[in-house]
Amino acid sequence: MRAIDLQRRLERHSGWLIFGILLVSSIGGLVQVLPSVLDDGLATPAAGTVPYDPVALTGRDIYIRESCSTCHSQQVRPLLAEVLRYGPFSKAGEFAFDRPFLWGSKRTGPDLHRVGGKYSDAWHRIHLLDPRAVVPDSIMPAYPWLAERPADSGGMIQAKMRALRRLGHPYTDAEIEAAPAALQGLTEVDALVAFLQGLGASGSGGSP
Amino acid sequence: MVAWLTGFAIFWSLVGMAAGIYVAAELVWPTLDFGREWLSYGRLRNLHTNVVIFGFGIAALMGTAFYSVQRTCHVPLFAPGLAWFCALAWQVVILLGGLSLLAGWNGGKEYAELEWPFDIAITVIWVSFAVVFFGTIAKRRIQQIYVSNWFYGALIIVIAMLHIVNSQAIPVAWSKSYSLFAGAQDAVVQWWYGHNAVGFLLTGGFLGMLYYFLPKHADRPIWSYRLSIVAFWAFTYSYIWAGPHHLHYNAVPEWVQSLGMVMSLVLLAPSWATLVNGVMTVAGAWEKLRTDPALKFIVLSLAFYGLATFEGPMMAIKSVNVVSHFTDWTIGHVHSGALGWNALITFGTFYFLLPRLVGAELYSHSLANWHFWLALAGVMLYVLAMWGAGVSQGLLWLSLDEIGELRYSFKDIMASMAPYYALRLVAGCSFFIGAVLMAYNLWMTAKGRSVVRATPPPVVGEAW
Repeated sequence: MRAIDLQRRLERHSGWLIFGILLVSSIGGLVQVLPSVLDDGLATPAAGTVPYDPVALTGRDIYIRESCSTCHSQQVRPLLAEVLRYGPFSKAGEFAFDRPFLWGSKRTGPDLHRVGGKYSDAWHRIHLLDPRAVVPDSIMPAYPWLAERPADSGGMIQAKMRALRRLGHPYTDAEIEAAPAALQGLTEVDALVAFLQGLGASGSGGSP
Repeated sequence: MVAWLTGFAIFWSLVGMAAGIYVAAELVWPTLDFGREWLSYGRLRNLHTNVVIFGFGIAALMGTAFYSVQRTCHVPLFAPGLAWFCALAWQVVILLGGLSLLAGWNGGKEYAELEWPFDIAITVIWVSFAVVFFGTIAKRRIQQIYVSNWFYGALIIVIAMLHIVNSQAIPVAWSKSYSLFAGAQDAVVQWWYGHNAVGFLLTGGFLGMLYYFLPKHADRPIWSYRLSIVAFWAFTYSYIWAGPHHLHYNAVPEWVQSLGMVMSLVLLAPSWATLVNGVMTVAGAWEKLRTDPALKFIVLSLAFYGLATFEGPMMAIKSVNVVSHFTDWTIGHVHSGALGWNALITFGTFYFLLPRLVGAELYSHSLANWHFWLALAGVMLYVLAMWGAGVSQGLLWLSLDEIGELRYSFKDIMASMAPYYALRLVAGCSFFIGAVLMAYNLWMTAKGRSVVRATPPPVVGEAW
């Protein structure tokens, strides 16, 4: 069959057209995306990469809620300048417990994958509540409400950990049982700082 | 109904652009959120992208798809009640979804921020859209399915596929879910979605609009039918591979990155084949540019389509991407496509469509001309500002001195962005004012319909 005849059939039968579009557009996904999704190597935790503890997990969800990844990447590329500026480059296994991934696509502010341990908890707290108090030229928004709310105001931490366990994160019953107590008395800013301080500290990178 | 969808699209374009201007202003004056969560940059920026792409973009595409599919098939819509459901339910999703973004509901994936209840609602509406669209095609009275419908069809099918796969998550509460994919795998799936949402919605969908409305405007048939066939299938095949160029030098396999780069370069061919087809269709009707403001918008949008689809593959080359990735250059590229191509072709289409829908002459040609120049100035300034910002960021971040130390601190580079960000704000305002003029112009056109009555184009059995 000549190509033009095939086209005649496709453009005269709506069923064939739908089938043609589906077939042609799915090849890329099948050849390129599916193997990555099935590639266990990409999903195997790097040495030292463990599931987020309840406080860091809560902090991470606050990071997602405020869309911090709009301006901060978590992905150090294997380039000399980036390794000098941020620390060891990022490896796939370090993100095995990241749902969703937060690599970002824009650095209005600096990369944060290796930020853990670079500044004190007190610095982070001041910086989150009033960025210009510590970085005068900063254009980062202030997040004063983080200091006013209990870390797990929705009481969702156990449901979250159970959901993640269904997805394969190895939380034990004892850990889930103890989670609310770990968050007791903490505010949202405490949880967010705990998450930031843990970033890049695990895995082959380590904090500088 | 098409008039309503046009109205919704204009409304969302104004809301989305206003949010865009506000976040641009926050980058100049960071205290502009007054300590309020819902005015905070992170949340408002998600409102901006979602309302513009899914509010404005889909309302415009749905409206023009419903309009053109009836005319190219010579039948009224299949299941008109379902079509009304799509048109109205979509606006409800955008409204409530937008509010949920401001409330901090966020799935965390770029351009897929809406949480799972909205993902399910979107799926239901999208399937209804497919039923109406393909149902209309199935009962057509013309044997051949016109090329604009291939593109609208690809939009419907591929977006469904991407949305359903990328949104897979385990819910924890109404406002929270965890992605089925993790880490590097999540990244590959997300950019397969993210890039092709741009591809099949902002490129493919709007090419459907182009293939119907450009020949209508120019009053000439498509230059080469054969070229449109080749371009369509090549486009549909190759676009889907290009996503990993968003992950160059990231922690995903090398072969995925390289394949993404090569296929992004391949994509230049079908993109520009369509450009050639479009320009050659207008050729010979250039004199209409003097009298028809709508055609001016469409021709300019073609120019930006050409520029953006050239710039994209260039930015997908790894050695260029080293500089451009993570910078404002990307933002400039997206806006040269979104403002220069998507918004302008839609505005041109609306200037053509609305007078016909309501049966009146366009209220003011001079306002439309003002809109044209404000929009052109806006998008040019925007792109220039972001090129300046992006290229300097990219080069300064990588710059090392003679003993191999970093030459500039991040903070200093960030502080040097201030003039570019201010210029971008001015550019956004210019584009926005133009759109406000259009909204006023079209509103007055609709109001004045009883004064001048033109004959709408006849469609057999049309009930709209």
